[in-house]
Amino acid sequence: MNRKKRILITSTLLLASAFLSGLLIYGRANAVPVERVIHITAKKFDFSPDSITLKKGEPVVFEISSADREHGFNLRAFGVRTSVSPGKVTRVRFTPDKTGKFTFSCDVFCGDGHEEMTGTVIVTE
Amino acid sequence: MSKFDRRGFIKLAGLGGGIVFASSLSRGLGLNALGSVVDYANAKVENDFYFVQLSDTHWGFAGPKVNPDAEGTLKKAVQAVNSLEEQPDFIVFTGDLTHTTDDVQVRKDRMSQFKEIVSRLKVPTVHFMAGEHDASLDRGDAYQEAFGKLNYTFDHKGVHFIVLDNVSDPGAMVGESQINWLKADLKQQKTDARIVVLTHRPLFDLYPDWDWATKDGAAVIDALMPHKNVTVFYGHIHQENHHMTGHIAHHSAKSLMFPLPAPGSVPKKAPVPWDASAPYRGLGLRSIEAEPKQAKYEIKELNVTGG
Repeated sequence: MNRKKRILITSTLLLASAFLSGLLIYGRANAVPVERVIHITAKKFDFSPDSITLKKGEPVVFEISSADREHGFNLRAFGVRTSVSPGKVTRVRFTPDKTGKFTFSCDVFCGDGHEEMTGTVIVTE
Repeated sequence: MSKFDRRGFIKLAGLGGGIVFASSLSRGLGLNALGSVVDYANAKVENDFYFVQLSDTHWGFAGPKVNPDAEGTLKKAVQAVNSLEEQPDFIVFTGDLTHTTDDVQVRKDRMSQFKEIVSRLKVPTVHFMAGEHDASLDRGDAYQEAFGKLNYTFDHKGVHFIVLDNVSDPGAMVGESQINWLKADLKQQKTDARIVVLTHRPLFDLYPDWDWATKDGAAVIDALMPHKNVTVFYGHIHQENHHMTGHIAHHSAKSLMFPLPAPGSVPKKAPVPWDASAPYRGLGLRSIEAEPKQAKYEIKELNVTGG
């Protein structure tokens, strides 16, 4: 192999390597964090689970379904609110940006016991 | 001697097992608007009067650990009001007349039983409004059949009363249509008109995690704001609470079935258990002395007793 060919091959390899490294760095920088999926079932008059522990900064999607009638899901501390109808899964996404213990509740009156239909989200560091 | 003393409203004994004076509050924490009296004083105003507010009677509730006299408390309150030396001009029931049930027929039966009991009141004029226990599961169908409209107005001796429905929508909304109705009604009122709003849920965010709020209550308050003399009386939270949004005073009433804990004071909202050493503690009714000329409302809280 003559000198010119060696230089060309070396240059090409260096360029390709640099390109791939760049791609890797770009990809890491722009990667969409994987959402944690949590299934929640609402039924008269509780949520299951009624205590959910999350990590601050970790994106989460709640997949909420109703086992009986229309309910509401309201996690006011994070502005998360949706109605939950039977026969379909309702998804809400958020990323907790603060730590602490936060109440969520049914905010669609569903009968005797509605007032006690609540749960807790605990966000840790 | 005050008007209330003259009327003999407060009787520490002898109300046939009814009520005792608990506390009084004059005119919305004393913060309600005193302005505008000059102009209004020149207009024709009617005499002072008083009315009685009863709330959250939850007829049909059963829970001996919470209220072993669930079938007697409302009757005692009726008897107590009937025992007043001077009868009020009218009575208002600010919602949750009955305790909710999924069974439509039982719901209707409870409403009929409630009506029968309160028909024993001597006062001929009684204004009802719904609570979520009465109206949320069927959007007010059974309630309207038994009691009539969910929202309406009436006038009494210079005061304009507005009954707002924030319960027949199970999502705790007043709704755009009713807010437009309210705005149209307010347009007919002068800005210094004496206005009392009667509703079930608080119109402000008292404690939303416990459903102690109206989702679009801020829009209602915005509509009321241009009026200088507005006071709100409501129920729902089963305890006395006094709050100001700007110049508008909001006063919640006690229940006649079970008290609830102070907002946020316990992890889960649940009725306060019955205390055998202090029966009926936390239950009560109130009288409201209205002085339209001064846009003044003097509240007297009255406890239920078992005597």
